[in-house]
Amino acid sequence: MAVTSASERLAPAVLTRAQLLELYYYMRLTRSLEERLVNLYRQTKVVGGLFRSLGQEADAVGSAYALDRSKGDILSPLIRNLGSMLVQGATPLEILRQYMAKGDSPTRGRELNIHFGDTVRGFIGQISHLGDMVPVMAGVTLSFKLRGEERVGLVYVGDGATSTGAFHEGINFAAVQRCPLVVIVENNGYAYSTPTSRQTACTSFKDKAIGYGVPGVRADGNDVVATYEVTKEAVDRARRGEGVTLIELMTYRRKGHAEHDNQSYIPSGEIERWARENDPLDRFAKVLAGREGVSAAELERIDARVAAEIDRATDEAEASPAPEPRDGLLGVYADPAVAPVLWYREGVRSAVDQHERAQGWGTHDG
Amino acid sequence: MAESTYLEAIRQGLFEEMERDPNVFCLGEDIGAYGGAFKVTEGLQTRFGEKRVIDTPLSEAAIVGAAAGAAHMGMRPVCEMQFIDFISCAYDMLTNYVATARYRAFLPCPMVVRGPSGGYVRGGPFHSQNPEAAFLHTPGLKIVYPATASDAKGLLKAAIRDDDCVLFFEHKYLYRRIKEELPPGDHVVPIGKARVAREGRDLSIITYAATVWKALEAAEQLEREDGLSVEVLDLRSLLPMDDEAIAATVKKTNRVLIVHEDTVTGGIAGEIAARINDLAFEWRDAPIKRVAAHDVPLPYAPQLEDFMLPQTGDIVRAARWLAAY
Repeated sequence: MAVTSASERLAPAVLTRAQLLELYYYMRLTRSLEERLVNLYRQTKVVGGLFRSLGQEADAVGSAYALDRSKGDILSPLIRNLGSMLVQGATPLEILRQYMAKGDSPTRGRELNIHFGDTVRGFIGQISHLGDMVPVMAGVTLSFKLRGEERVGLVYVGDGATSTGAFHEGINFAAVQRCPLVVIVENNGYAYSTPTSRQTACTSFKDKAIGYGVPGVRADGNDVVATYEVTKEAVDRARRGEGVTLIELMTYRRKGHAEHDNQSYIPSGEIERWARENDPLDRFAKVLAGREGVSAAELERIDARVAAEIDRATDEAEASPAPEPRDGLLGVYADPAVAPVLWYREGVRSAVDQHERAQGWGTHDG
Repeated sequence: MAESTYLEAIRQGLFEEMERDPNVFCLGEDIGAYGGAFKVTEGLQTRFGEKRVIDTPLSEAAIVGAAAGAAHMGMRPVCEMQFIDFISCAYDMLTNYVATARYRAFLPCPMVVRGPSGGYVRGGPFHSQNPEAAFLHTPGLKIVYPATASDAKGLLKAAIRDDDCVLFFEHKYLYRRIKEELPPGDHVVPIGKARVAREGRDLSIITYAATVWKALEAAEQLEREDGLSVEVLDLRSLLPMDDEAIAATVKKTNRVLIVHEDTVTGGIAGEIAARINDLAFEWRDAPIKRVAAHDVPLPYAPQLEDFMLPQTGDIVRAARWLAAY
């Protein structure tokens, strides 16, 4: 198992000390926020399922950090990329309101979990149909190309989504059009219960790049700086007009597909080994302590800041109102803006009132 | 002024909208230098360049998905399905991604998916389909299916300007068989409005696309041979549907025949019948009847295709049945 970090061989100039601490902050925020969500889930305050990215925080945070927010770069996350969204500016309050299906959540109670976006801050919400975001991000980045904008897109898929037709069509389309798009395959070993060996006959997902005529690279996804480096190179390449790069990030999903999943299909001891030997936060904390001389107290101050933010956001989210049912009729179309409410919600009187020949129609319900 | 075919009208609509709005661009298979399988986009790439008339890989899901992504960013893409039969390859992208984008994510998706549709052309099971009913059931999409050259142009322009995704069905039987002088100027036909194609008193035929012409033929024959005054309502837009126009014609004639080329079970006629039930139950003097295609994949041989699809004679027979009820 990989334990040497790119972080250790990194030239100090690539990322400043402040930036490295920022990476740590986002990784800690991801983990602690999900831990808070577990508590809320157990209290039945999370309405739907809960999806964890425990053990994958480095690949989400490090890759998103390689985008340039000042240039308007956009990413489309996957269910285990809470960290990527936080880097782009999604807030703990938004995440908590989403999971709790609140009326003032980013989707006003229409969508679940981290399925939401904001093109201004630079993230587009995923849908549950895996692989579909690859063609969509091909189109987002095609628009950058058509308009001559120096913007880059980043789309995440899992090992499972590489088996979909949409993944294939999307990356091929983007490759042919030389769209400024980075495609990250997060190889975390499992798609729900299906191991990678049942997903592909390839030895590595990066090899799929050959079939699309684009560079394919593989990196240690549990090393936040290595993830940053490999993504940054692909982002720069895309910005130079050199097209698509496929990156495979090696990581491991330590929790089930969702919180309900008992992971009975995992070989004994596998999760524990990854937790012990290859936890992305532990590894990065060691690097920070070693090469950067970051004291334990300094990291604890960040942890405390994260905890306070999450406490504040939790209080606020819990106080948020539930959605108004009729708000759900708004906005299927720009025009008409409101879907009509169905007749049986209006009572019997309306039927009598509306019909020209209603004399024989029984009693009114008042 | 010269007359334009249905196909030329569509091309004119595309041309005018691309001239008017630099955000409009086309993407599809073989639409560039080749001009498309039916030559609808002929000349567009010469005029607007490769960036705005994009030849894509053979990937309907990617065409629709990429259009959605570009639409989120403020572009107004027009996708061509080489034959509308292939829209099923993009069904997931249209129904799950595009149709829900505004509602679940407040992402605008102003795009058009257009393509040659329909039978009567000996195209067989995979080049003759009318898949409109498969999308009627998807909130978030709009569907139009014009029957005349002037509506084809006007509705295409409206579809391109619409802020949501519009599926634009073009009847390939009509492409070069009908022509008319198009209205001058910026001719836009509003989505959601039906058109009375022929006024009548005794019986209403509600239909759309190629069967509008068969209904008109039948109406003439019924007037000539039976002295019946038949009204023909051309829906033009299927989603949203013009309830007002449907109710008006039912209240006027009290007898309704719904005609479409698509197969009968689960076809749009069922939805129209349910609406008439809601809108004008008390106004009817006869059962609502349907004339549509038999429930089989559309076969190739002329004898088979002609038997399966609704013909003018079928409409005449059904109308006589209704008139006699």
